[in-house]
Amino acid sequence: MKRIYFDHASTTPVDRIVLKSMEPYFIEHFGNPSSVLIEEGAVPHRAVDEAREEIALLVGASKDEIIFTSSATESNNLAVKGLALANRDRGRRILFSDIEHYSIINQADFLRGIGFEVDFVKVDINGMLDMEDLKRKLTKDTILVSLMHANLEIGTIEPIKEIAFFLKEKDVLFHSDGAGTCGTIPVNVKDLNVDTMIISPHQFYGPKGVAALYIKKGIRLTPIMQGGYQEMGYRAGTENVPAIVGFGKAARMAMEEMDKRAEKLTLLSKRLWEGLASSIDYIHFTGHPEKRLPGHVSFWIEFVEGESLLLWLNLNNIASSSGSACSSNVLARDETGLKASHVLTAIGVSPEICHGSITFSLGKDNTMEEVEHVLSVMPGIVKRLRDMSPLYEKFKKEQTGGR
Amino acid sequence: MPQGPYSDIVMDHFMNPRNMGEIENADAVGEVGNPACGDVMKLYLKIEDGKIVDAKFKTFGCGAAIASSSITTEMIKGKTIDEALKISNEAVAQALGGLPPAKQHCSVLAEEALKIAIEDYNKKKGSG
Repeated sequence: MKRIYFDHASTTPVDRIVLKSMEPYFIEHFGNPSSVLIEEGAVPHRAVDEAREEIALLVGASKDEIIFTSSATESNNLAVKGLALANRDRGRRILFSDIEHYSIINQADFLRGIGFEVDFVKVDINGMLDMEDLKRKLTKDTILVSLMHANLEIGTIEPIKEIAFFLKEKDVLFHSDGAGTCGTIPVNVKDLNVDTMIISPHQFYGPKGVAALYIKKGIRLTPIMQGGYQEMGYRAGTENVPAIVGFGKAARMAMEEMDKRAEKLTLLSKRLWEGLASSIDYIHFTGHPEKRLPGHVSFWIEFVEGESLLLWLNLNNIASSSGSACSSNVLARDETGLKASHVLTAIGVSPEICHGSITFSLGKDNTMEEVEHVLSVMPGIVKRLRDMSPLYEKFKKEQTGGR
Repeated sequence: MPQGPYSDIVMDHFMNPRNMGEIENADAVGEVGNPACGDVMKLYLKIEDGKIVDAKFKTFGCGAAIASSSITTEMIKGKTIDEALKISNEAVAQALGGLPPAKQHCSVLAEEALKIAIEDYNKKKGSG
């Protein structure tokens, strides 16, 4: 049976048109884009330049504000460490939201180790940044705030324009992780007024192993990788030309198809949401009900453990992801790697409950038939797992006993 | 079919759990929980003349927790209490064809549920 892929928040397949655009840059145009004076280098140099133009267009930046890196993680590291180091004469305090990606929050210990102070800002039950908490924690010594544009686990889109406005008044730098939004919903860095933002093509049918960082003109940022003079001096290392070309193509396609894709995704996820709500009891949807990514449905189910649910969905040829502790890091060396999702904990879902969490993230090639199929198998899986759950048994006994 | 870090045997017990359910008027019940993983395992035993004649379980937990519970019921059925107490978590994990390092605690949970059930039995017997 054909697989049903509802895990686009983890990664998307490379579009065939994107792949085709990349192919000439492996063998035919293999040259080093830094070797601009020879023909072999001039062609890939031009290709990288054209891709940069497309990505700049995608987010409303100018071409010389886009830097290529190897991944969203590297972009987040370059932005936060680079801004912190370049602006340490202005202050030492950095704020992260509680729901940032690991490539942001796991920088905290390192930053503390080199003399910065890192604090975390709360979000509300829908995952929206708590403005009051931000105001409380923003001191005169604060130089940088990092808040993602959208969270890929719970789908919430953050009001970063309002937050940027507030931070500009206080003269605080603002970094935003746009991995969830750039290429999926309209993003304009000038309108949003962020200082740096990351763009990750494997979230929108581009290749892995490449990403970008928007750095607003005039912003001071210290490179964290030492080497040759690539990427305007911000990021040393020979550019991954085929991946950058594919990134550019994926950005072009995203611009052209964005409305059409979003319209379809909204329709599919609406049906999925409503179908789950009507067929499964004790289900709780997570993230903001309206301000959320198109095609994103996240929830947790009482008395059902997330990893077991994920495994059963997989056995039914359905790919999803779970924020449960058990599935968090199955490949870890020991059980200390098993932690309930920090995102779900931040929105007030207790760790015991996080265990039943699932994220369905749909993509441009999913169909209504696939949604209907998922809806047809979900109640059976949930029943099966509840039937073997001592927690459900206890709950049922308490219910009947109470009558 | 092995799935990710889980062996064929783990997946078989996960998909087709043996002895899942409750025993009414069980002679022994052991319930344990693990805060690290959030698993809850409940083991029911029917004991006659010092021998485990029936065993059933209910588990809220991951694939490894369900498989560990299931195989434990198979391993203890027909054994005397003393024999059953000798079953270690390593033996449970080994019978499953191994567990990923991060999931070893699931086999510990099964061993603990069994010990608590037998303690419960001894207490009942002592007071009865």
